Amino acid sequence: MINNIIEVESLSKSFNISSKLPGLRGTLKHFFKRETKSVKVIKNITFEIKEGEIIGFLGANGAGKTTILKMLCGLIVPSEGSISISGYLPYRRKEDFLKKITLIMGQKQQLIWDLPPIESFYLNASIYDIDKFEAKKRIKRLSDMLEIKNELYIPVRKLSLGQRMKSELIAALIHKPKILFLDEPTLGLDINAQRNLREFLKSYNKETNATICLTSHYMKDITSLCKRVICVHDGSISYDGELEKLLKKLSPLKEVLIVCSSEKDANKLENSGFKVKSKIKNEITLKIENKNVSSSLRTILNNYDIEDLFINEPPIDEIIEKIIVKKKYTF
Amino acid sequence: MRKIFTLLKVQYSNMLEYRVEIALWAISGIIPFFMLNIWTNNNLNESININNTMLSRYFLSAFFVRQFSVVWVVFSFEEDALLGKLSPYLIQPLNPFFRYFTQHIAEQITRFPFALIIAIFFFLFNPESIWFPNLIFLFLSFISTFLSFLIQFLIQSIIACLCFWTEKASSIERLFFIPTLFLSGLLAPVASFPSYVKSWIYLTPFPYLIDFPANLLSGNKTNISVGFFMQILWILMLFPLFIKIWYEGTKKYTAMGS
Repeated sequence: MINNIIEVESLSKSFNISSKLPGLRGTLKHFFKRETKSVKVIKNITFEIKEGEIIGFLGANGAGKTTILKMLCGLIVPSEGSISISGYLPYRRKEDFLKKITLIMGQKQQLIWDLPPIESFYLNASIYDIDKFEAKKRIKRLSDMLEIKNELYIPVRKLSLGQRMKSELIAALIHKPKILFLDEPTLGLDINAQRNLREFLKSYNKETNATICLTSHYMKDITSLCKRVICVHDGSISYDGELEKLLKKLSPLKEVLIVCSSEKDANKLENSGFKVKSKIKNEITLKIENKNVSSSLRTILNNYDIEDLFINEPPIDEIIEKIIVKKKYTF
Repeated sequence: MRKIFTLLKVQYSNMLEYRVEIALWAISGIIPFFMLNIWTNNNLNESININNTMLSRYFLSAFFVRQFSVVWVVFSFEEDALLGKLSPYLIQPLNPFFRYFTQHIAEQITRFPFALIIAIFFFLFNPESIWFPNLIFLFLSFISTFLSFLIQFLIQSIIACLCFWTEKASSIERLFFIPTLFLSGLLAPVASFPSYVKSWIYLTPFPYLIDFPANLLSGNKTNISVGFFMQILWILMLFPLFIKIWYEGTKKYTAMGS
């Protein structure tokens, strides 16, 4: 049985936020009497994560995904509820706990801007009490995996975004963390760099059995890495479960493009009772329920003269957009 | 210790990237020389029974002490805290203030040759001021300059931590800079203040920031044991306060900007 490495119970977080009206009047009022109100950004959430799992946190901007990650890694203190990570209370930031985790934020960097990344790697190695020989081995291993070599000796400010991100990953993983918190790790990267990063994370997870908690707005990151997703809406969890199950639930129909041998056949098919999405000459697109796909196709093949046939899944982005917008899913 | 040494090495490499800026900062610290000019041109030294040569040495020493005790942690820390750059450092098993501490030390090492060149120029124009301090006093002034740096670093770190509550802690530091400027001995030796003012000033940390180490280095009369006692006392009072405010402050951290 795989143990839970992260246990979160009834977790809430509130922030005091001050607001200001526009214009001079608003500025003066703000100066003399500042109005602040407490806003609950995370509302009573509970979940567990098993060792080695890759979990995707999905949600719109401001839904609370990053705040959850910040609480999990101990950067901010929860207002209510409890978090246990490998038996540690994260916000106490005990040395042993900090040696087990890492946080990578797509838009923030820890590398020293004016020095080559290799300097930051050795610095991190000494911070995590890794001796120089071992550090050298780990840097070699990680840079081979990420296919980055000569760039490690060039000042960070002169590297491309992709090269910087790879270097950030090496700096963040040099101490072999068991839990990775990744907040938008592929932000701003080109398609190739995104794919490389995903492949790297997959192999890192496979090799080290590390647990990965990930937020991303690139749906490909989620679909290619995460079996399980937690959907966050307005500070609450709207869905926690298998991504596959969610996608099936939200896309019960498949699109089938049928190329008939003649327009006459296409017209006949159009009036046969199937749900038609579109029809152009002899090409007709039908929407068929997942469970009826095979029987419907048998009927069509037996009764119509068909030249070609394509089955398409609806675009994943459209489905995930539904997840982000919709409040609650119960299965 | 290995962590600190590696940090220091890395920060020194980083500071060497900014050598031109550091040279300019060193030059910008020549306030004591302006003050020397004002004092000697107006014969103000007579009022405190100190001759021109000793006054020149005092202000050169004040320049040196200032070069190696100047602190700017509040500005770096505030920027890092407000822009969320502090977040990756907070989840490393090393207090982020060690980074700032070693940055300062590395900067001081980088400053040293520039400060020495300025001193050589000073002696070229004031050959009568040339002196080589007694080795024991040189060592003691080195220690007291370091203690002065520690006091200032702790005071500014405490102020820096206030940005967990106020967000603009550097404004408070600006306020603190006024007494530092006037009471530390940067503009005038503390000996030049009226007796009743001096008795109060010596209870504050300010005279131990510039005046005490500068007097030690220049060979002027000063009470060594009281000076060191007060420096250590202030460090012992400030350090627990810093730890407390850091601990409470990090609970308030919201990791803004990320």
